[in-house]
Amino acid sequence: MSEKEITPNDRGNKQDNLNQKPVSQGRRDAIKALATVPVLGAMAYGVYRKRKQEMRNITSADMFHFNSEVSPLTPLSSDGKTIRLGIIGSGIRGKQLMIALGFATPQYVEDLIQANKQNSSDNRYRDFREQEDLKIVITAVCDIFDVHAEEAIAAGSNINREGLKGKNGTTPKRYHSYRELLAADDVDAVVIASPDHWHGQMALEAARAGKHVYLEKPMTWTVPETYALREEVKKSGVIFQLGHQNRQVEAYTRAREIVAKGLLGPVSLIETGTNPIHPDANPQTIDWKQFEGDPDRVKEYMDYMTSTGLAKYVGPDPRDRFSLERFFRWRCWWDYSTGLSGDLLTHEYDAMNQIMDLGIPSSATSSGGVYFFRDGRTVPDVLQTSFEFADRGLTMFYSATLASQFKRNRKIMGHDATMEVGNTLTVTIDPRSEQYRDKIENGTIKPGEPFYHYVPGKSIDAVTSATELYFAERGLLYSYVDGKRYNTTYLHLREWLECIRSGQQPSCNIDRGFEEAITAHMGTRAYLEGRTMYWDAEKEEIIRG
Amino acid sequence: MRSKRNDNYSTIQLYGLVILRVLIGWYFLYEGLAKVFTPKWTAYGYLMDSQGVFAPFFRMIAENQSMMAAADFINIWGLTLVGVMLILGLLEKASYIGAALFLILYYLSHPPLLHVEYLLPTEGSYLWVDKNLVMLAAVAVLYFFPTAMRIGMDRIMLKNKSK
Repeated sequence: MSEKEITPNDRGNKQDNLNQKPVSQGRRDAIKALATVPVLGAMAYGVYRKRKQEMRNITSADMFHFNSEVSPLTPLSSDGKTIRLGIIGSGIRGKQLMIALGFATPQYVEDLIQANKQNSSDNRYRDFREQEDLKIVITAVCDIFDVHAEEAIAAGSNINREGLKGKNGTTPKRYHSYRELLAADDVDAVVIASPDHWHGQMALEAARAGKHVYLEKPMTWTVPETYALREEVKKSGVIFQLGHQNRQVEAYTRAREIVAKGLLGPVSLIETGTNPIHPDANPQTIDWKQFEGDPDRVKEYMDYMTSTGLAKYVGPDPRDRFSLERFFRWRCWWDYSTGLSGDLLTHEYDAMNQIMDLGIPSSATSSGGVYFFRDGRTVPDVLQTSFEFADRGLTMFYSATLASQFKRNRKIMGHDATMEVGNTLTVTIDPRSEQYRDKIENGTIKPGEPFYHYVPGKSIDAVTSATELYFAERGLLYSYVDGKRYNTTYLHLREWLECIRSGQQPSCNIDRGFEEAITAHMGTRAYLEGRTMYWDAEKEEIIRG
Repeated sequence: MRSKRNDNYSTIQLYGLVILRVLIGWYFLYEGLAKVFTPKWTAYGYLMDSQGVFAPFFRMIAENQSMMAAADFINIWGLTLVGVMLILGLLEKASYIGAALFLILYYLSHPPLLHVEYLLPTEGSYLWVDKNLVMLAAVAVLYFFPTAMRIGMDRIMLKNKSK
């Protein structure tokens, strides 16, 4: 060290150093060089303590240990034949289903291309282009509204998934009546997305014609057709899939395992939480006669409504009077719809049936009314239905209002733990749990705090950082499994098509559909008649309380 | 020599600067270790949540699987390494440059702009200036007021080297 480099503070030391051995200088150097090393020791100790605390989560990984990884996606069978599809009903949902199948109008694709040009992070165009080819052709289209039918034809012939300048393939044939479509030889299977009051009838006739069926929910509109459809599907042997795409949500598969393993203890309560008019729509472009409904089904509906004193819920417009309001907003009238029960409750029910194998409830009680959208509709906008599963010792409570978008999680409440079910799963241990009492007492489990999280796409599910969970719950994580993002409707259709090829039963087959339909009808009837509906499992009949 | 070595600090100045260096090092090191100990940690969500002028760049990284893997690796081990270097006072200048690069990237990917909201809520209220920017300035100050030749491994390493 030169004199120049000595700072004022070192000056005193320098005096001492003169009398010291050089070894001392070296030691001083070493001490100053390594002075901050203990900080690393402190860090190591801190990290050790923190990790120990986090072992709590590892415990949850041990307790909630599952051998089977949720399988990503089995590849399409390589030698599978091309399936020729007919589309019955190509309104909003019908078009969505076609897009999930890989068929969109050139205008739609063009819009995606433009959206990507405007915002390079908008990858919907790329995702649509890269979506796997399901080996299908759309050969037939039926819609009673000309505009919707033409859009479906344009989508069906856009086989290369191109924009406005693209080359089209063969144009699907348009049918004005679904019966003609069902009689066509070049249709192997049909996708039905009509209004509710046509679901059962169209599916019934399709099965009778030997066509495989993908049917939008709810399965049926009247109770009698529910039995007829089940019988016809079983007799014909066609592959039937009901459109509850929740069957493909990865988290539900894991939720099912958690319930099956008894990790929640005995479950006693399950809580589960309109369209513009088209300018070109008029009596010339809409086949109203066909919209009205199948005469047999309408008779069943009218018989039920009049025999139970529910005439006030019929109409109010006569069924044969052309009405744009009723055509585009059919969900608002019992004449065409199954109300909140058929529309939204069925999704909740089917998700819970998938997780818990609920089957048909022993009874149903409903209440509600038209409380907010007082626009002349007959279908209630607020509905509460409780389904009792007496032999299982549990209630499923469904509660809905169309006037609020507030998100309520589905909850499966067990004596030992409660699971919240969405795209992610959260399990919270109950303070009075007996199963986990030891772990609560020794402090491994803090009751009342979320104990286990499942985030789809992760192999180790319990140790999730808070940040990650935050992103995952908002759908920002794991958008690519296997390098791609999958939409559940696509997966549900894909499963159906693969079952047609292999002859296996899909996840939401006719038996699950029957359970869904009867459950929804019990809820609907309980609301309409204002009394409890019971299910006689022996006779397979709905009985009044 | 003095202007180059910059070590004519009073004791309190020296200790103050060293403490600042060690604290920033601690922060980096634990950020790194926390990621090391989180299985399958990824910055994907963070990058996808980018806002501002450079957001497309960060999202582009996130959407490319190999670039994303590289970004995760650099984040996890880069933060850890920079943290250790700052605490030990090892290759001081290089560690400040590394720290500054990380902080610049964090700031640019999540600038506290007007009308910008992030998925992950911040623990404070910021307008244009956030803690990343403040720490960046602190790192810049440390760069020009080095301490590792006095207290730190550089005292041995670089001295031996210069001999």
